[in-house]
Amino acid sequence: MNGFDYRVPRTVDEALAILREYGEDARVIAGGTALVTMLRQRLVRPACLVSLRDVQGLDRIEAANGALRVGALVTHRQAETSPLVRERIPVLAETFRRVATVRIRHMATLGGALAHADPNQDPPVTLLALGARVQVSGAGGQRELAMDEFFRDYYESALEPGEIITGVTVPVPPAGSGAAFVKFLPRTADDYATVAVAAIVTSDGDRCRDARIALGSVGVTPLRGRAAEALLSGERFSQGLAEAAGEAVKGEVDPLSDHRGSAGYKRDMAAVMVRRALTQAWEAARRP
Amino acid sequence: MTRLIRFTVNGLAHEVEVPTSRTLLDCLRNDLGLTGSKEGCGVGVCGACTVLLDGRMISSCIALAVFADGHDVTTVEGLAEDERLHPVQQAFVDAGGFQCGICTPGQVVSAKALLDENPHPSDDEIREWMAGNLCRCTGYYKILESIRTAADRSRA
Repeated sequence: MNGFDYRVPRTVDEALAILREYGEDARVIAGGTALVTMLRQRLVRPACLVSLRDVQGLDRIEAANGALRVGALVTHRQAETSPLVRERIPVLAETFRRVATVRIRHMATLGGALAHADPNQDPPVTLLALGARVQVSGAGGQRELAMDEFFRDYYESALEPGEIITGVTVPVPPAGSGAAFVKFLPRTADDYATVAVAAIVTSDGDRCRDARIALGSVGVTPLRGRAAEALLSGERFSQGLAEAAGEAVKGEVDPLSDHRGSAGYKRDMAAVMVRRALTQAWEAARRP
Repeated sequence: MTRLIRFTVNGLAHEVEVPTSRTLLDCLRNDLGLTGSKEGCGVGVCGACTVLLDGRMISSCIALAVFADGHDVTTVEGLAEDERLHPVQQAFVDAGGFQCGICTPGQVVSAKALLDENPHPSDDEIREWMAGNLCRCTGYYKILESIRTAADRSRA
């Protein structure tokens, strides 16, 4: 690892000031699970690491206006075990529970998972399906980005140099909704997914009023299955419809071939996983 | 670039000047001579470097030493009291929970962290918690049995 200055600000404003001082030569660090690994592999060589570990107030989970506000320093384990998350948005707690191992979940933070913008991670998939919004602070003040516009490319987000993620607002799905997160893991339980899918459906009797589908590991960013969503909207739910939605997703994903499967295999498995996620989500939505 | 860090390891206060790029694992092993924690994969997957930071288990190979400044670290060396093994260590001995031994410090520290949080876990809870600790001798049944033994003894 190369040498770097290590700074430990106590507030977001102090952190922003250090980032201004170093410009693009600084990197923000929190849990370190991704960045320390990249430092060790010399994939990044920053002049300064700005640690958010001592910044106060970013590690809380709060309920507000039909949504949960999750601070950027909340760890995966904290989100997984939070009674508030488990009660209000169980699919989010379940998604965090499926990430890597307990040990890694103790370290990795929500903000870090987003800033890293690795398309193989799980939480961004469910956050995308839930319609979460990301709060960002920078020299010009604060701004908020929808998850749909946050991820730009492979390991690339809409974060500008000098900006810091401070938290995420996650709307609680409306009454009559059911959700599921499914992950295809042909190798080991703690691996990145070959395909991951989050689905949220809102029922209106036996019709599907609204569906939101997001996928991970099948493109350069997490992505929405919009054609599949459109097929479901307003229709009577059936196994045949779930299968058709799966087929529709094949045209929307653009997976890379790697050691977790060929592009063709991942495309086929995306259809299977979408069907499974929709079936589970529908059953949850119809449960009294 | 270096930084002076002050932290507690196994109950003892330490002050060490470390390069900012030093991992916590290298600091424990090379600066403090605590070689119980091992480097296996070096990317947080295998669990051989597991230590507790403020009571929570982490991978010390992908934590920077500077993360520990002002905090409390527990390594496998901190479990036994003088000649008396920690109940988890004793259970690993009695139930044969190790073969070659290189993953054992990580297994024992992880098992202690589990029982601290959940003194009587189900087998599924043990499996889920311990999934991040690899044993290439593949002695997983004995490890499970060791943890179950330690949990049962604490009930008696």
